Amino acid sequence: MKELTSRSVYEHARALKKKEYSAVELTQAYLEEISRREAEIHAYISTNAEYALEQAKAADKRIAAGEGTALTGIPAGIKDNMCTKGIATTCASKMLADYVPPYDAHVIQRLQEAGYVLLGKLNMDEFAMGSTTENSAMGVTRNPRDPSRVPGGSSGGSAAAVAAGEAAYTLGSDTGGSIRQPAAFCGVVGMKPTYGRVSRYGLVAFASSLDQIGPLTRDVRDNALVLSAIAGHDRRDATCVDRPAEDYLASLDGGVAGMRIGLPEEFFGDGISADVKEAVLAAADTLAGMGAQLVQVKMPSLDYALSAYYVISSAEASSNLARFDGVRYGYRAADFADMEQLYQKSRSEGFGAEVKRRIMLGTFALSSGYYDAYYKKALQVRSLVRADFDSAFAKCDCILSPVAPTVAYKIGEKTSDPLEMYLGDAYSVPVNIAGVPALSMPCGSGEGGMPVGMQLIGPAFSEAMLYRAGYAFEMERKGE
Amino acid sequence: MQMLKDYEMVIGLEVHVELKTRTKIFCSCPTDFGAPPNTQVCPVCLGLPGTLPVLNGKVVEYAVKAGLATNCTIARFSKQDRKNYFYPDLPKAYQISQYDLPLCEHGWLDIETADGTKRIGITRIHIEEDAGKLMHDDEKGTMIDCNRCGVPLIEIVSEPDIRSAEEAKAYLQKLRAIILYTGVSDCKMNEGSLRCDVNLSVRKKGTETFGTRTEMKNLNSFQFIVKAIEYEYKRQVEAIEAGEKIVQETRRFDANTGKTYSMRTKENANDYRYFPDPDLPPIKLTEEKIASLQAEIPRLPDARKQEYMERYGLSAYDGEVLTTNMAMADYFEAAAAQTRYPKLVANMLLSEVMRLAGGEEDVCRIQPSRMAALADLSGDGIINSATVKKLIKELWETDFDVADKVEREGLAQVSDEMILLEWVQEAIRQNPKSVADYKKGKKAAAKAIVGKVMAVSGGRANPTVVDRLVELELNQ
Repeated sequence: MKELTSRSVYEHARALKKKEYSAVELTQAYLEEISRREAEIHAYISTNAEYALEQAKAADKRIAAGEGTALTGIPAGIKDNMCTKGIATTCASKMLADYVPPYDAHVIQRLQEAGYVLLGKLNMDEFAMGSTTENSAMGVTRNPRDPSRVPGGSSGGSAAAVAAGEAAYTLGSDTGGSIRQPAAFCGVVGMKPTYGRVSRYGLVAFASSLDQIGPLTRDVRDNALVLSAIAGHDRRDATCVDRPAEDYLASLDGGVAGMRIGLPEEFFGDGISADVKEAVLAAADTLAGMGAQLVQVKMPSLDYALSAYYVISSAEASSNLARFDGVRYGYRAADFADMEQLYQKSRSEGFGAEVKRRIMLGTFALSSGYYDAYYKKALQVRSLVRADFDSAFAKCDCILSPVAPTVAYKIGEKTSDPLEMYLGDAYSVPVNIAGVPALSMPCGSGEGGMPVGMQLIGPAFSEAMLYRAGYAFEMERKGE
Repeated sequence: MQMLKDYEMVIGLEVHVELKTRTKIFCSCPTDFGAPPNTQVCPVCLGLPGTLPVLNGKVVEYAVKAGLATNCTIARFSKQDRKNYFYPDLPKAYQISQYDLPLCEHGWLDIETADGTKRIGITRIHIEEDAGKLMHDDEKGTMIDCNRCGVPLIEIVSEPDIRSAEEAKAYLQKLRAIILYTGVSDCKMNEGSLRCDVNLSVRKKGTETFGTRTEMKNLNSFQFIVKAIEYEYKRQVEAIEAGEKIVQETRRFDANTGKTYSMRTKENANDYRYFPDPDLPPIKLTEEKIASLQAEIPRLPDARKQEYMERYGLSAYDGEVLTTNMAMADYFEAAAAQTRYPKLVANMLLSEVMRLAGGEEDVCRIQPSRMAALADLSGDGIINSATVKKLIKELWETDFDVADKVEREGLAQVSDEMILLEWVQEAIRQNPKSVADYKKGKKAAAKAIVGKVMAVSGGRANPTVVDRLVELELNQ
């Protein structure tokens, strides 16, 4: 059934409606693909075939009754930092290895209402901190395009599952590039929506002011379809914007003619590898050939965005992750003499090295005497970055940039140098700092034949426009 | 203790008041007191991974009302911050509070002291969430009850303007009265819905700089607060006189010994790493909203007190007492409106009625119109004070028409001097010992004679006339 698992969500929806195959058959096909490929890829932390087939049966009934939606009966994987009631949600951490949430995240509820089929929970960097999925306490995920390479991170499992045909679509979360960079590394499409577009309720927080859930899919149309299902207001998230949901499929056609696409020189400077630069600039030429107008823009504060990001995200993480103390749930050290030791041992043993590094960094940045120099300064940089985006968007409709400076690299290549790993986030974090949406999609190939990803960045709530541009580009590439 | 006179105490109070909202500050769990442990909890107030706080709008409204009632400036823009620390009763390991932009600032309230009215400054009022409760059990160990997690609190911080235990008590009583008037809390100290931390330092009288302060936390009765202050003041003065240095620390007051003890916490090493909570947008208040909240606040104790003093000639002290409880003040106003002698109503309330009253919710069981009728009969000289007392006691149990009863049972006081003189002379004849005592110079013996006359009259004799007649007869 190889052929079935390489189809898009959109194609599945039409086929299921026409009864070409059933949701149960489709689910079985994905389960088979999972058992065929998991030993090598390891995209999933947990799968539950029984539960998936149960949901598929219910979906078939719903479709038979003519009550299906665009996602009814279509099998998906969910990053393991979104709470699923009764199903372990580990955040790829020893700390939460046995944690079973008593409630569903908002996005899970939305997908359930749509009649989705949950195949399993996907691997990630522990608590979403990392760029390779190597920081998982549950093992490394491999890049389906070249298993000797990383799939990116932190939503590495989400990107790998889509690329390997182990799920029709997946959800990831993006705090500093965690959807877009793995999408680029694995050659799939990933959207980081506007901050506040998708409810964070039930997403285990890494950095609350930056986290955003989004879809990873095989193509742009699928992405628009899934985001339409999960976006919208939720009263349980005070940062979720009260704005009507949109049907992103409705505005896919329309092309890029007349669209002004900005190319900030700061995104193409030192540090970018030649293959990535070439592929993204070639994409710019393609877009220009399709009628878009290329505009040079300047964003001088981008140089500081990365530092600001690591201060803000680590500061918030140090507070968000303080609740994992071994007292009420999660990992608890076996021996402790007193309360102080219970905290120290449980946290020292339960968290991995990268998580501890960020907690310490964040704790330091918020400490009395250092707050002004680090956290406050980072917030000032944040304002500057936002202002840069605002002035750029006065000159262009959207910005085109690389997602990451290189294509996917070898497993183990950068684990010894955290700082070099952080530098890989330079093009993705400004988007989170500004809270704007960005679509990551393949635009060519680079070193070792690995996919190169580009991102289209737009002003807040311009997802429809980004999908329109991305869809036009994708169609153009297919036609080549 | 001569040296105590050379020092003065400087006190600032931090008062935590639980707001009476139906649901918690960041979720929809109920806030009822006394439910079985962990029955009023949900993923949000348990701080489970992935949950988010959503601010209960009523909490802001209640806090603003408390601020307006204590003359605070209300912030048009404020925010909520995380106070980070580890403790098992704090599920998120941070408390959502307010740090540098509280809802209310720069307020004050006036207290009555022996030297007159004194104004105590209020630095700020901010909103925050309560923590859970640890319960220690010898067999099971320590258990956590999270029912109280997320119950809304306001913290009211005073300026260091308080100089004695009495002032502290007066401030707390006034603050409590005002909050009860606004209806934002029931301020029950025994249920922990009003808790007080005392910051206290001492300094030589006449000096300007503050001494090192200690903090006594969670004092839960006026009596304990007074005792703790008196003890801690003495302790600090004695320590300084003995050449010791006061350590800035948290001290625990033990109600059994009446002493305070160092808690030896690493309080000074605590760094709460406050930062704005990214899960919660800033709180913005419009002029219209503030005005509408202002309009919902009833007339407050001081305004009423002022009115009673001006309109009815009450003393400041009596006015203060009558207005401490809004139900009492409302009652007084209802009765005062129906009599020609409002001040007599006040006197009856402050003496007989207060003795009979069962507490704050049981102010007066007598209908205001009956109280007014009593005041009229008393003011017109128809019944004497003994009869007033007797009738109040009876009215407390059953309702009846006062004038009818006085008429029917002949309770009107006897002022006829001919009748009274007979009773006086009879009493003098029958009490030679008292008479002898009086003649020997024991003037108080006259009181015994007066008592006899009152008894004979069935309490109806006009006491003023009887006093005069007894005096006259004994001196003949």
